[in-house]
Amino acid sequence: MFQKILIANRGEIARRIIRTCQTLGIETVTIYSEADADSLHVQEATESYCVGPAPVAKSYLQMDDIIAIAKKSGAEAVHPGYGLLSENAHFAQAVVDAGLVFIGPHADVIAAMGSKVEARKRMEQAGIPIVPGVNEALADAEEAVAVAARFGYPVMLKASAGGGGIGMQLVHDEQTLREAFDSNQKRATNFFGDGTMFIEKFIENPHHIEVQIIADASGQVVPLFERECSVQRRNQKVIEEAPSPFISAHTREKMLDAAVKAAASIGYTNAGTIEFLVDSEQQFYFLEMNTRLQVEHPVTEEITGLDLVEWQLRIAAGEKLAFTREQVTRNGHAIEVRIYAENPVTFFPSPGTITALSLPQGEGVRHEIAVQAGSVMTPFYDPMLAKMIVTGADRYDACEKLLVALANYKVEGIQTNIPMLLHIAAHEQFKNGHTTTKFVEQYYTPTLT
Amino acid sequence: MTTVKATMAGTVWKVLVTEGQHVTAGEDVVILESMKMEIPIAAETDGIVKKVLVAEGDFINVDDNLVEVE
Repeated sequence: MFQKILIANRGEIARRIIRTCQTLGIETVTIYSEADADSLHVQEATESYCVGPAPVAKSYLQMDDIIAIAKKSGAEAVHPGYGLLSENAHFAQAVVDAGLVFIGPHADVIAAMGSKVEARKRMEQAGIPIVPGVNEALADAEEAVAVAARFGYPVMLKASAGGGGIGMQLVHDEQTLREAFDSNQKRATNFFGDGTMFIEKFIENPHHIEVQIIADASGQVVPLFERECSVQRRNQKVIEEAPSPFISAHTREKMLDAAVKAAASIGYTNAGTIEFLVDSEQQFYFLEMNTRLQVEHPVTEEITGLDLVEWQLRIAAGEKLAFTREQVTRNGHAIEVRIYAENPVTFFPSPGTITALSLPQGEGVRHEIAVQAGSVMTPFYDPMLAKMIVTGADRYDACEKLLVALANYKVEGIQTNIPMLLHIAAHEQFKNGHTTTKFVEQYYTPTLT
Repeated sequence: MTTVKATMAGTVWKVLVTEGQHVTAGEDVVILESMKMEIPIAAETDGIVKKVLVAEGDFINVDDNLVEVE
């Protein structure tokens, strides 16, 4: 096992990784921007180094500087967390080229899955059902219009390099598609440096359900059940839970089989997530693969009792998985809510200083948080300030706990989405598990007017 | 003269108008980036852009002046 690793991230996920490292007796090196100098991920690490000014492009994305710090500090491996450089194949390769271990899959696997068009091709070849659509880059708006006519509106226009809902738009007609093509291509080029666009058929009222897998270097792939992540706003997840209240035991087994097959077909190692859309008939379609730890990994940890960060570290250090698919069991039901610094009505961000913070405590309530009273939510980073995970004996129990916990979660000084989360958690349709990706616009937004 | 102000802190991502240009009320003049989201800032009145007070990449605070419209 490693003696020292560098964590190339910030916020709650950096703290989460430090925690497991402390349990395993691994020393941690963290990096920080000038805006994060007083952060908990700096204080809790064994050592920490400034990598530049606040904007991520000048700090947390400075690959060469980060690798130089890893080398200088004597770290043996780099954990990228999620976001930032976690799915950057160049970074993964540069880490390896510097003689360090990248805690994640091989760079070429990251590259293949990072291109959604390429991922669709690879999955289709592996016999995994994919959302009907094109597996080639669209040349221009005219070609997009021609393709859309073939599948029929509505269609999803997507950026191949996209993520976090950026460069993606649901389109209902030809004229909108022409406009959307150029604007989304521009945004994708700006955000990802790649304006490759493609089109998928729109699946009506789908559930977003993903399968967590973990794979070691010997080729053993173990699925760790699914997460239902359908409650989203601005195409970003807000509430995630495990297991899914929607799929049947039969569908679950088929999805886990498909995820194992998908991961094995690309020689995947370490923790990864295969995202599927599932329609009302329980047909599922590959959407994309996330080649990293997910924000919502704690719900899987809660129901399986496994520490995913620990297994990421063990696998990266060359260990084999100590369990088989049959040996992994699940207990209870876990729900995670993401607490965002944002207006709960417009979903616009709400940067500022947190003047007071009070977290609900109790059995089955877990917090992943990197802020405290006095912390500043700067405009430079993601609006997610914390996650709360509640675990109950069953879904009903977890939902009850969630309501009580949310009602006692106090953040002052900035706006948060807690009123929205409370509204959703109390909604009959949520309690019944009827959570399609249209949930927010069907059941939340109309209540605001 | 009216001054278009920032509705929140962020970085100027795009300046959509140039000095001397005519704008109408509700038209976006600047796009801020805050917490990885684009925030369009619109002119409140019709008029001619007298002065653009920010450049792309500038960090601005809430209520900072962005554009003067006359």
